[in-house]
Amino acid sequence: MNIELFFQYIAGGITYGFIYAIVAIGFNIIYNTTGIINFAQGEFVMLGSMTAITLNAFLPLPVAIVLSVLITMLVGAVIEILFFRWLESPTVLRMIIITIGLSIIIREIALAIWGVNVRALPYFTGNEVSSVSFWGVHISPQVLWVIGVCSMMVLALQLFFKYSRFGRQMRACADNREAARLCGINTKNMVTLSFVLSAGMGATAGCVVSPITYSQYNMGVPLAIKGFTVAILGGLGNSLAAVAGGLILGILESLSVWIMPSAYKDAIAISILLLILFFRPRGLFGRKEDLREF
Amino acid sequence: MKGERIKIGLLCLLLVLIDLITTSVARTYYLTQLTMSLYYTLVVLGLVLLMGYAGQISLGHAGFFAIGGYTTAVLSTYNLLKYKDSAVVKVSSELGLLTLRENLYGEQILSFHPWIGVLLSLVIAATVAYLIGIPVLKLKGHYLAMATLGFGIIVYRIVLGTPIFGEADGVSDVPPFVILPGLSISGQMDERRANYYIASLLVVVVVYLMTNLINSRVGRALRAIHGAEDAAESAGVDTAEYKLKVFVMSAVIAALAGAFLTHFNGGIGPSEASVMKSVRYVAIVAAGGMASIWGGLTMAMLLNFLSLRGYFGQYDDAVFGAVLILIMLFAPEGLLRVNPAGLLKNIFKRS
Repeated sequence: MNIELFFQYIAGGITYGFIYAIVAIGFNIIYNTTGIINFAQGEFVMLGSMTAITLNAFLPLPVAIVLSVLITMLVGAVIEILFFRWLESPTVLRMIIITIGLSIIIREIALAIWGVNVRALPYFTGNEVSSVSFWGVHISPQVLWVIGVCSMMVLALQLFFKYSRFGRQMRACADNREAARLCGINTKNMVTLSFVLSAGMGATAGCVVSPITYSQYNMGVPLAIKGFTVAILGGLGNSLAAVAGGLILGILESLSVWIMPSAYKDAIAISILLLILFFRPRGLFGRKEDLREF
Repeated sequence: MKGERIKIGLLCLLLVLIDLITTSVARTYYLTQLTMSLYYTLVVLGLVLLMGYAGQISLGHAGFFAIGGYTTAVLSTYNLLKYKDSAVVKVSSELGLLTLRENLYGEQILSFHPWIGVLLSLVIAATVAYLIGIPVLKLKGHYLAMATLGFGIIVYRIVLGTPIFGEADGVSDVPPFVILPGLSISGQMDERRANYYIASLLVVVVVYLMTNLINSRVGRALRAIHGAEDAAESAGVDTAEYKLKVFVMSAVIAALAGAFLTHFNGGIGPSEASVMKSVRYVAIVAAGGMASIWGGLTMAMLLNFLSLRGYFGQYDDAVFGAVLILIMLFAPEGLLRVNPAGLLKNIFKRS
């Protein structure tokens, strides 16, 4: 094995790993405040990148991206208000099925708007062939964008949860919803906020990764499955562990190309998912008491 | 129980009536889609048992359907002539398990008899469901949903990526399944009505067995598991055992439907194993009201027939997505149990 090529694959794995981590964190944010897994999480990534591509036709790139993130956040809020806010203590099964339905509907709407064409945002700096080299490893500047933006997002989220008023209210809500409500926190608004946040993060990730992976109306489902795998791998609800989980999956997938046909690349995530579900559902870094009963 | 018998009687009557009407108005081509709908209804019925009565979601039932369909498709089309001197083939031939026929191009094909294919497909589906079920059914809620989804995706990837399963093209030229001399499952025009009755009979038998099961000790145990698993466990119900049995049962029903429909259609493609198919079955079970055989049956026949006739056009998937959301939002008890006045009152009260 060529050592430079090895690092090249590692860099590719890290890029994908961060995207999976962002999707996983999106799962976590909503899971923490509501106790549900939003199966439509991958659809936010798709909506963000597709909207940005459309807007970029007549707006400069930064404006298009910011606008598309805002639009996706709005979609997130609308979805929460229309489909979840008014349900009174729904069962998990009911919620799962609603989010699955939403994922189908969003995908079909995207298909109606954008068709089956594969699109992409332009590279933020340079183009397809430009590269930055570190110790002989050539990587595209877009990879640095992905790693930079995603790690900034993770950091900002940590600060938000730790220091901001809304962030602390959301944590209170995640900890004990009833108690939070008794302390005067509007828990329903916190749920809406969690949808807005995870939609925004997903959309941002969708935009930065679009030049590398391209965007299509059906890109959401595989991302959702991998994001969920990563969320479980780290331990559901734990954002920093999700980053570690994302990097593990990304690098494993990327290195798997050495030993098996790339057609089976997707099987890695599913195998990890099943193994972790069967043997360690609390995740690699989770403690037993963290595993919520559902 | 008596009420159920009457309902089953009415179902038989209705099925016969449909045949008589479509035949008398010369619309027998409807029978083709009706037969297909009946097979898909079988899958839904199995899933009603699992989701509605045992309370366990499965997002991988298209996987079992595909296991059934592909097993019999491969066994009944794979040409064994080049291996005709090997011991296995010789022994199988001696036992009368093989048939020799000519395909469309006059080529000789020596393959397993569809009886073997169908029986083996049930055995394989049962084995897979049993092995998968042991770890999977320990999970609950989202974890269970994701694990079954993962299983479904693996089956889809396997059939899509393996040459023997025809990859993206699937398996075609599957021969008719001759159940008895003169009675076979095939898409032949002159056997349309016979096939409609075969599928109807299967559905009626499954409905009958299910109503018996639900009103038995097993049914009560299942309802207890659905209501409160811990309570059922402490009352002496072996919950793991019951859940596993129902899972295997519903998988076998799905595989049976898959195998029969594959012979009826003369082939099977990877889309039968897709996640969207699994979601579709779940949508229909939900629309029928989860724990309702009759609701599931009605919705399965209606939605599948409309979909197969192409009434939903390019919005086929969207329709099922919308059904899922609307039912779960406004009528989690199923469409047949909606009380419009109460629903409106509820919505206005909340907003």
